[in-house]
Amino acid sequence: MNPEEIRQVLLEILGRIVPDEDLSALKNDVPFREQIELDSMDFLDIVMELRKQYRIQIPEEDYPHLNTMGGAVSYLTPLMKGVSAPA
Amino acid sequence: MKLRDRIVITGVGLTCPIGNSLPEFRAHLLEGRSGVSTFETRYMGTVLAGVCDYDELRYQKKKEVRRGTRAGSISIFCANEAVRDAGLDWPTVNRDRVGVYIGITEHGNVETENEIFELSKYNYDTSCWSHHHNPRTVANNPAGEVTLSLGITGPHYTIGAACAAGNIGFIQGAQMLRLDEVDMAIVGGVSESIHTFGIFASFKSQGALASHPEPALASRPFDLNRNGIVVAEGGCLCVLERLEDAQRRGAKIYGEIAGYAINSDATDFVLPHAKRQGQCMRLALGRAGISPNDIDILSSHATATEQGDIEECLAIREVFGNCERLAVNNTKSFIGHAMGAAGALELLGNVPAFHDGIAHATINLDNPDPACDCGAPQVVANKPRSLGQVNYILNNSFGMLGINSVLIVKRFTE
Repeated sequence: MNPEEIRQVLLEILGRIVPDEDLSALKNDVPFREQIELDSMDFLDIVMELRKQYRIQIPEEDYPHLNTMGGAVSYLTPLMKGVSAPA
Repeated sequence: MKLRDRIVITGVGLTCPIGNSLPEFRAHLLEGRSGVSTFETRYMGTVLAGVCDYDELRYQKKKEVRRGTRAGSISIFCANEAVRDAGLDWPTVNRDRVGVYIGITEHGNVETENEIFELSKYNYDTSCWSHHHNPRTVANNPAGEVTLSLGITGPHYTIGAACAAGNIGFIQGAQMLRLDEVDMAIVGGVSESIHTFGIFASFKSQGALASHPEPALASRPFDLNRNGIVVAEGGCLCVLERLEDAQRRGAKIYGEIAGYAINSDATDFVLPHAKRQGQCMRLALGRAGISPNDIDILSSHATATEQGDIEECLAIREVFGNCERLAVNNTKSFIGHAMGAAGALELLGNVPAFHDGIAHATINLDNPDPACDCGAPQVVANKPRSLGQVNYILNNSFGMLGINSVLIVKRFTE
């Protein structure tokens, strides 16, 4: 998956976790929590969905990389290099 | 009795297979409309059930629905409706002094079953087990979700009491008001049980699950052709207040808690026991300071199992055998058995009788089982019965492990 495909995957996951939020204007470099209502349990849902859907295991010490869209895409790009984008 | 000890019902919120408000529920009870339909359940395919269709987004965001449980969602809907119906100016209510006491038959089976099904897709890798599992399955979840929704900071908990639970929510609330633990109580019962296959499969294995080619005819308490329970979901939560508080704010009063009792059979895991059921009814009558002849409507628990129906009628005959004007009816014949919600829904379905003077019917009672003989009182079969003034309603709710609960509500008079 390339960075844009990973971004789409994250948006799809966020769409299910915070279905009341408008994600169309989500900024790349601002923490998710400053833009949308996303608490620690929601954040763990992101980790869980990546694990379930793409078998990506993210160690707890790396969670801060997922605080922003830009950071998450950068962190996940090498991990999801060999993973196919969803059809 | 001191004013502070008199407890009244001042708000009602409910959802059941034939209505999402008390007026709608009552109208359909008087019409004789069944709420039983076919329902798809995991592993078992099509079963019969009482299914609710309420607007879960009326009081919750989509995220809250996803995060929480079905029992929590039903509770939130009913509690908010009850508060609104009570005419409370909610922001001004001291929510440190509000308690939430919700009767449940069980809780957590739905979420556990769903999670195990989900895990099966990941080869039972437990790292895929949801972090939401614990907050969803703790036993206080339905009541806790109500406090989150309404900003209630007083006590909250559920009361696990099998199918006797709906009454016991009311009893707990009344007791806490009398103990001055709270100034207002949100009470009743809820059930989301139809969302677990286990309850259907277990009743089926027990030979106690109803089947019928026509869903509306499946729930048949007291009828010779009954063949078991129709499981239903639902909820009914009410606002309870002390009479003096209700009068001070000019609240509408649905009825007054007159008496109650809870006891145990101590005989069997599943089989009912008429002797203790009768004892429970007498205990409640005694606490209300009335005699069997004072009761106008007896809302029966009967679930359409042979032994359960016969045993309850035996108990009714023993206590009320000479009460010719007593009307015995059954709400499960319309909506099925709403488990933890049953007692509360069945009581409230009858409470409008204080105003309209009518006992709703027991539908599907085409061939009364001669063994379901209550003595002089007659079961109100298929058509509602006009009674004139109704002063007292007695509501039976019994459950597995031999738990019996009886609640008596009376017409409010100064």
